[in-house]
Amino acid sequence: MTETTYTSELDTRPTGRIALLKEFWAYFSENRGAVIGLCFFVAIVIVAVFAHYIAPHLPNQQYRDAFLQPPFWQEGGSLSFPLGTDAVGRDMLSRLIYGARFSLFIGCVVVSGALVVGVVLGLCAGFFGGRIDTLIMRLMDIILAFPSLLLALVLVAILGPSLINAMIAIAIVQQPHYVRLTRAAVMGELNKDYVTAARVIGVRRMRLMFVTILPNCMAPLIVQAALSFSTAILDAAALGFLGMGAQPPTPEWGTMLADAREFILRAWWVVTLPGCAILATVLAINLMGDGLRDALDPKLKRS
Amino acid sequence: MSHDVILEARDLKRFYEVSRGGFRKKALLKALNGATFDLEKGRTLAVVGESGCGKSTLARLLTMIEPPTAGTLKIRGVDIVGSDSETRRKLKSKIQIIFQDPYGSLNPRQKIGHALEEPLLVNTQMSRQERSRAAREMMKLVGLRPEQYDRYPHMFSGGQRQRIAVARALMLNPEILILDEPVSALDVSIQAQILNLLAELQQRLNLAYLFISHDLSVVRHIADEVMVMYLGVPIEKASRDELFARPRHPYTRALLSATPTADPLKEKQRIVLHGELPSPINPPPGCSFNPRCSRASAECLQKFPEMQRCGQTQVACYHPYE
Repeated sequence: MTETTYTSELDTRPTGRIALLKEFWAYFSENRGAVIGLCFFVAIVIVAVFAHYIAPHLPNQQYRDAFLQPPFWQEGGSLSFPLGTDAVGRDMLSRLIYGARFSLFIGCVVVSGALVVGVVLGLCAGFFGGRIDTLIMRLMDIILAFPSLLLALVLVAILGPSLINAMIAIAIVQQPHYVRLTRAAVMGELNKDYVTAARVIGVRRMRLMFVTILPNCMAPLIVQAALSFSTAILDAAALGFLGMGAQPPTPEWGTMLADAREFILRAWWVVTLPGCAILATVLAINLMGDGLRDALDPKLKRS
Repeated sequence: MSHDVILEARDLKRFYEVSRGGFRKKALLKALNGATFDLEKGRTLAVVGESGCGKSTLARLLTMIEPPTAGTLKIRGVDIVGSDSETRRKLKSKIQIIFQDPYGSLNPRQKIGHALEEPLLVNTQMSRQERSRAAREMMKLVGLRPEQYDRYPHMFSGGQRQRIAVARALMLNPEILILDEPVSALDVSIQAQILNLLAELQQRLNLAYLFISHDLSVVRHIADEVMVMYLGVPIEKASRDELFARPRHPYTRALLSATPTADPLKEKQRIVLHGELPSPINPPPGCSFNPRCSRASAECLQKFPEMQRCGQTQVACYHPYE
């Protein structure tokens, strides 16, 4: 190598996961709403994980002497039930805290289920094209043609009302979005030179799909996953409200709302508080998802 | 021929069906319409021509990304098109390609070290340590430093990326490299570095290059032989010196006259071609160059001229310059 000229100073830019995480945080933290959303979300996660220690009462324990007790700052309230009790004397705060567990559980299961199946289907559709593509995409079009909550309702009605079935139904309803996103991203990547280069090297089909192409399609999928996490919680709450999701006495926020419907005029807290919990969680996750998109979308990145 | 022929292409053709929408019949686009040439060990064949003349299609056929519509392609006497998939897999590793755009040809999520090891991972049984050692040696050979092993492509400049692309192409010890405009996306100063690197590697490893370019000054620098293509067909083939000294085909002549020179005092005779490159869907009858040719005669409108010898050159023209 006589002709090759070297520049002799060392390239000391950091590499590896830590540097990547730092770069990610630099972009993410620019968006204040996203940081607030993240903080709130982390708080919910902590509350959900340590519900057993934080909650003052058990979620399903009934106190016969305290039906529909108002929150502590109202007349008739007491500090032993800080957010009041519901119609059968259960502590609202404890139920809300345990409810966070269900909401996060629903979000995680629904999103990971929809993500895995959706990515595989989308990858196949984008990669193979032709008839497989047509078949998968028309199927997804059919799912998309139904109003999503209505389809979920029908599915739950067929499968039988329970929290697990509600999650399956919501995952099926959410799936087409992942399939479409993945397919579009795969088709964009497929014609790039590095994919051709990998083919020339002799990379086989499976490796090409999952190792070469898939990691380059992940950014929009992560954003979609974060945003649909909140949709999943919302849909599960809606199904719970309609009596098709979690069954009473499960302290799921939507089911709690449904149980409290008849007291809407007499005891505002039994309806308002679960609603606020849903609202705040969904809002936090959406804000966080926006920040994620800003941080991960290369089109919005300044280098 | 005293040289060792490693790749023989005979009458290679590649047609694409183009949908024209609506209810019209599909059109046949003849991207490559009969290319015949030999490639010898340790030598460089340059393929030149304007955009759309089939250069890149040729590269895709040679690397077996696409099968040819017709014609034969032999590596070391073994026909690739007709062979079974296992033989083809083996032969495939003998031909590697370097792309024009070094920003698109590296996987952005793959560390350089892994990119270099991947060919060994999928084609050989080598252990992790052996692969890593081979990758580091190759990095040294192309002028990259070992600490760059763990970096991602976006941390490199265009020239360095092209070095990485060269290194990756060489990992499987190929005998033929297809260079699809390897320097046209780089700065002029970097171009020279990469060209010198390629020349050095050719000497060292006795590689055969098929160098696709539209930059004639680069071709003059690196090629041993030159093939000029027009609308999917080679129209002139000669050694570099012969072609640049005595271009026979009217198109070659026009092409050479269009090369910019850095000497403003030199007298230039610029031959300006009129009209557009005809559509390969609907090429003109006879010689495809006839609508733009100053020497066209009635004969040129009838039949495409065969390749014929004219001095030391092979040229497909009825009226070559002597």
